[in-house]
Parts: sequence; structure tokens; C-alpha cells
Amino acid sequence: MADVATAAPETLAQTLAAHAERVRGVWLDAAARELHGRTSRGELDREQAEILDALLDGLRSGGIALADPAFDQLRGILADVSATRARLGFTPRETAIGIFALKEGLYPLASAGVDITPLLRLVDQLGLLTFETFAAAREAIIAEQAEQLLELSTPVVKLWEGIVAVPLVGTLDSARAQVVMEKLLNTLVDTGSEHAIIDITGVPAVDTQVAQHLLKTVVAARLMGAECTISGIRPQIAQTIVALGIEFGDIRTRATLADALVDALRATRAARQVGLPA
Amino acid sequence: MTDGVPILKIGSTLLVSIQIDLQDDTALRLQEDLAERITDTGARGVIIDISGLEIVDSFIGRMLASIAGISHVLDATTVVVGMRPAVAITMVELGLSLGDVRTALDVERALALLAPVEQFPEDVLLGAVEREEG
Amino acid sequence: MSAPTTTVEHVPIRTDSDVVKVRQLVRALAQQARLSLVDQTKLVTAASELARNTLVYGGGGDAEVQLAVDGVRTGVRAVFKDDGPGIPDLDLALTDGWTSGSGLGLGLSGSRRLVQHFAIDTAPGAGTRVEIATWSR
Repeated sequence: MADVATAAPETLAQTLAAHAERVRGVWLDAAARELHGRTSRGELDREQAEILDALLDGLRSGGIALADPAFDQLRGILADVSATRARLGFTPRETAIGIFALKEGLYPLASAGVDITPLLRLVDQLGLLTFETFAAAREAIIAEQAEQLLELSTPVVKLWEGIVAVPLVGTLDSARAQVVMEKLLNTLVDTGSEHAIIDITGVPAVDTQVAQHLLKTVVAARLMGAECTISGIRPQIAQTIVALGIEFGDIRTRATLADALVDALRATRAARQVGLPA
Repeated sequence: MTDGVPILKIGSTLLVSIQIDLQDDTALRLQEDLAERITDTGARGVIIDISGLEIVDSFIGRMLASIAGISHVLDATTVVVGMRPAVAITMVELGLSLGDVRTALDVERALALLAPVEQFPEDVLLGAVEREEG
Repeated sequence: MSAPTTTVEHVPIRTDSDVVKVRQLVRALAQQARLSLVDQTKLVTAASELARNTLVYGGGGDAEVQLAVDGVRTGVRAVFKDDGPGIPDLDLALTDGWTSGSGLGLGLSGSRRLVQHFAIDTAPGAGTRVEIATWSR
């Protein structure tokens, strides 16, 4: 046995390997008690075997801090485990406890005459990494859902050959305006439509910022060779627009979606008479 | 200096399809070439297809506006076609406008847009002159 | 998660074709960073404006482009440097429509709107350094 004060990674590996069975037993019991009903004992056992093997491998390759390259594999396994738990709806506590329970198995080793402080420190780092990856995975899930919600809330519908419409419902913030603009413009290209109608009947209020977003969309559509009408302007909104001094410039506005559709059809007919395709 | 951008002639319309990432000097040369071709051919319309362009920055934007201005002086209409949605959004954010340039979704629609111009009496006259010379 | 390894790519800006090179490099990295198509286009357009500024107003200089990692986000950072005359009145230069050359005056103010991070460091006679970055959402 080496000097107590300077426990080298190899020494720690030897000690850990020698008592692996006992450590695993205590660890598994502690974790299973906490995670009762969330995951099966067999699954935990497999997970822990994998983590312990990677930990031993890392120690044998001379690793002592979690950031060491020797622990690449260990970090990978942990990241996977906590990301999976995040997706399965585990709480942060339930995710971290599986790692911190390893300490329960390590404490008895102190009596074996080896200073296991570096090992305990390593477990702490593992626990922190678990938290970090768990939080990152949750954030990714939330971002994904927010995006899906945005997509869902802004359908672009085809009203007629060459005429598409977006019925906007709810508040139009910058992020949403961006999505609406992109989706509408892409649909113009995909369907070869020369007319777009943005219906704002369901938009509770139009302030200067919302007006700005609508304007940008109309200008971008024009650059691509399409004409955009804003419909569904309720009387109160018309009043706000005037009161705020918002300049809609030469943008076509109509009271209802029906008016806008008739208008677009009229423009299509006029274009056909001079030789434009429908 | 890279190769220039080819200019095709269809009836009384000149068609330019920009397929490469335009270098500034190439863009300037295209502007000069087009002015020359419009006078040479008496073209009444110019279609610039930019569906191949991944960006339109202020330089390219200015080139498009200049071409439209030059064509206008030479009595031809310029139509810019096929701008990608991402490019249009970026141009608006950049604060770039194409001035009075006409736009269309694709070349087919641009040709239809220019078609009535071709039926004006002077087109018939110009066509006759061209046939005699050719 | 493995440690981020990003190399900085240097592109000297001396001719028109170098501006194209900068655009292509920024686009390649923006795709690697998985920026959305619109964000890619905005970033490349801003890089094009700034590279041209470096060439035209700075009398040539250098671009440094790199893939950047910040936690779970990836992005692209680009720095444009020149030893030109610098910008005497920065506020004025950042105003829409102002130009000292033959441009439309949208280079600086416009590109600032196209990216998420924009920083400029300049003084008369001391050259100009502009840093831009955009991150994946």
C-alpha cells in the first residue's frame, strides 16, 4: 500500500477494484432506495457497472480530475445517462442522487488505509456534471417545444391557386414575427403564389413594433415578386394605427379576409388579361 | 478577373442568370456589358435571375438598382426574379431597397410581365429594323 | 461533452476575390454551427459588408473567422482588422445612409442589425477593428 498522503490514481484504482463488489452493493442499495419506482434495480445495476468500469479505466490511465482526457468515456456515459433522465421526466434530485449514492459505497474504504479524498472529490465533480447536462438537456427540450408551438400557431393556408394566407392569432412578438415572415415567404416560393394575405383579426393590439414587423414582411415579399395584403383590421385597431401615427405607406389593407381574397382574385384576373400566368 | 456573366437574348428581352458568387469587379462588368447589349439589340426588357445568389449585399443591391436605372434611360424595363426568402429578409433588415425595380417569382412570370411591352408599335418597328440589319 | 476545439482561420483581404473568400468561409462555418438559413444569410451578408469596408476604406487588412462554442450554443465569430485611417466620428458612421465613400452607407449600421454581437474599436489614424458573432438559437 502506498503512502496515505499521496494516493496515486493507480493506488485508488487498485483499492476500488479490490472492493468493487462491496462498493457496488452499497451504491446500488442507496440509489435503488431513492429511485424506488422510477427505474428498475437491474437497469440501475447495469448503469452503475458501466460508470464504475469507466471510472476505473480513467484512474488506471492516470486521471485524477474529471476534466482529464482519461475520463472522456466516463463523461460521455454520464452525459448520456442524465440526458436520458431529463427526457424521461426525472427531477434534478433523482438524477443526481444516482451519482452521489456512490459516496455511500466509498466511505467504508477509508478504513482500508488509503486516502480516498480524491475519489470523493471526483464523485462531487461527477455530480456537478450530471446537474449541468441535465439542465442543458431540459433547456434543449424547452427550446424544442417552444419552436414546435410557434410552428403550430402560424399555419400558412392556401386560399386559391396563387393566393396564400396566414391567419394570425395572439400577440405578435419579434420571435413569432420572424417565424411568420419566414414561413410565409417560403410558402410563396414553394407554391408559386403571387399573392399573400396576412389576416390580423386575431391579433389583440397593433403597436409600432407589430406594424414594423408587418411592414418588413410586405417589403420582403415584394422583393421576391409577390404582393401582400393585410386584412382583418378592426375599427379599434384602425383607430390605434392612426393615433400612433403608424405609416402603412402604400401597403394594401382590407377590412376582412374575404375582401382581401376578392381583391387578390381581381388582380390575378387583370394580370391574366395582359398575359400574365394565373 | 473572373469570367463574365453570360447575357442571353430571347426576342426583345435580355436574360441574365447569375449562378456564381459575384465578385465586385464581375458585377461592375456585368453592368457595363448589359448597357452595351441593350443599345446593341434595342432590347425592351431585362430579366435578372438571382435565384442562384445566396446573399445580396449593398454592393450587389446597388448593381441591381443601377442596371434598372440604366435600362430605364435606354427605354427598357428591368425585372429581378427568384430572390430567395432568406435573402429578401436580410435585405429588408439591412435597410436595402431596390428602388423602382420590378420583381417576379420566376423567369416565366417575368417574361409574361414584359410581354405586353413587346406589342407596342415601336417594337414592331424595331423588330423590322433588326431583321433588316441581321 | 468534449472540450471545444476551434481554430481561427486567417484570410488576408487585399482584393475583390478575398471578399468572396471571406463570404464562403463564413458560410461554411455558419453551416457547421447549425445556424438557421436566415441567420446564415444575415451573418454572411454582414461579413461581406465588413470585408468590403476593410478593403475599400481600410486599404486592406485581415479577417479572422472561427467557430465558437458557448455552453450548449455554437456560433461563428469574425473579426475584421485594418491599419487604415480609422473612423473619426463613429456615431456618424453608424448612422443609416451616411457614407464617406461611394457606398450606400449601410455597411456599418446595416451589418450591426444583421448579427447578434457587434463591437467596433477605432480611432483616427489607428485603424479599425470590428467583431461580429451570431449564435445558434
